[in-house]
Amino acid sequence: MGMVATVFKRELSSFFATPVAYVFITIFLILSGVFTFFIGSFYERGQADLLPFFNFHPWLYLFLVPAIAMRIWSEERKSGSIELLMTLPITTLQAVLGKFLAAWSVLGLSLLLTFPLWLTVNFLGNPDNGVIVAAYIGSWLMSGAFLAIGMCMSALTKNQVVAFILAVVLCFVFVVSGSNIILDAFKDWAPSIVIDTVASFSFLTHFEAIAKGVIALNDVGYFLISIFVWLYAGLLIIEHKKAD
Amino acid sequence: MIYVNNLTKRFGNFTAVKDVSFNVQRGDVVGFLGPNGAGKSTTMKMLTGFLSPSDGDILINDLSIHDDAKKIQQSIGYLPEGAPAYGDMSPLQFLHFIAKVRGLKGQEKIDRINKVIQQVELGSVLDRPIDNLSKGFKRRVGLAQAILHDPDILILDEPTDGLDPNQKHQVRELIQNLSKDKIVIISTHILEEVTAVCNRVMIISAGELMFDDTPSALLKKSRYYKAVTLHMSYSSDISGLAELPGVDDMDVDKNTGRVTLFPEPEADILHLVTEHIQRCRLPVDTLFVEQGRLDQVFRDMTKEGGA
Repeated sequence: MGMVATVFKRELSSFFATPVAYVFITIFLILSGVFTFFIGSFYERGQADLLPFFNFHPWLYLFLVPAIAMRIWSEERKSGSIELLMTLPITTLQAVLGKFLAAWSVLGLSLLLTFPLWLTVNFLGNPDNGVIVAAYIGSWLMSGAFLAIGMCMSALTKNQVVAFILAVVLCFVFVVSGSNIILDAFKDWAPSIVIDTVASFSFLTHFEAIAKGVIALNDVGYFLISIFVWLYAGLLIIEHKKAD
Repeated sequence: MIYVNNLTKRFGNFTAVKDVSFNVQRGDVVGFLGPNGAGKSTTMKMLTGFLSPSDGDILINDLSIHDDAKKIQQSIGYLPEGAPAYGDMSPLQFLHFIAKVRGLKGQEKIDRINKVIQQVELGSVLDRPIDNLSKGFKRRVGLAQAILHDPDILILDEPTDGLDPNQKHQVRELIQNLSKDKIVIISTHILEEVTAVCNRVMIISAGELMFDDTPSALLKKSRYYKAVTLHMSYSSDISGLAELPGVDDMDVDKNTGRVTLFPEPEADILHLVTEHIQRCRLPVDTLFVEQGRLDQVFRDMTKEGGA
């Protein structure tokens, strides 16, 4: 665990030593505000909840999380520091976990900094704060799944732009896999069990379930398993082609 | 102790390292020589556990690189090619990070960091981002990182690349001071560096080990080893020189007018040459015995392998 913490600290300080974290957090806060108030009609709805805020999170993450994930391995490859990292007595697993947790903390911090919205809604009415907490947790878990996909794509290439595009496409597939865009492709020929399985991969469905205030095991488990699977895939890719 | 047995590395159809075997003992300072792409860096990457061998084995301190890479890496200090580092950190932050990874704590950590900063003279740039440092300073940050935990085995891929002559000298001194009871393996393109710091030379060409002996044994392979070169202030009859017993061949450099006499193997020709000069009153103004020319040996050895 000590090595994970060491890598974590280095990664986190690197986020804040470069403009990455500041730009990310600023843009995240601005965009989530814009979405909530202008597109989500926060005031006009006249309801004391944060649904218009959380509804846009999958779409915000779709572009912002790959942007923060794309550098995680690509930059190491490009600068050659991966050779240093992998020849230090740090295992690949420790490096993957440290890097993931650092970026996930930045995402968590961005979410926490949206607290003025929570204050606003509490000032204006009496929202169900339990639901809001659940939605925050769900949003953070979902961002972790996006991040794990982004890291896996970053492990594939030393080109950050390629890593970004691959991650956005893959994340998009997972966001919409419950909707007709994806399901139509299966409808005509696949048995219903396949369609149900594909639909159950949807980030949207699982997130919306948690955002309603129900922290069910299958939704939380889904995101945790997604994180695990994509991190593991990234680990295998790094071990396999770290020198390329 | 490092034992390398039948080490082979293939990338697809390309074999970068072919069936290389050697072992290195404590106190050895090994210079890896070879043209670009000969397999020096690949061999070093396998020694440090970054690449895994396609065939063969590496045993370091009785541990196999296949099974115990992380344990082995604790006793190795490694400067990868190009001295990569985390550019957004300052040298001080970077060394603190490495110290933590190396398990240094408390006062010992502070002492070691201060020691290496002094050894590679990083004091003036400690708080600048590594990205903004000159090539020479970057290289020194990489060196500092490699020697921070005072490793038993030091593997340096082109440690003096990009340094000015003063810094090169300093790094060589550093290596010499370190190496009394350690294993040091350095790769380099600079041939004099090998005679300056190493007590053992390995030449790798096209993935194969062509030579493994002391620097003086390498010099002995040179055609110029113990050859006598002389220069005359005005032209005179030199045909007699080539006829001297023990002289195998004579070569006249048309540009400089220098005459080089090559001895037969094991022959000592200096006294015969000086006698001849005195007897014939040749107007010699320069005369010296060659030590052997490394660049020529290097070319001969790596060309036949690389062709």
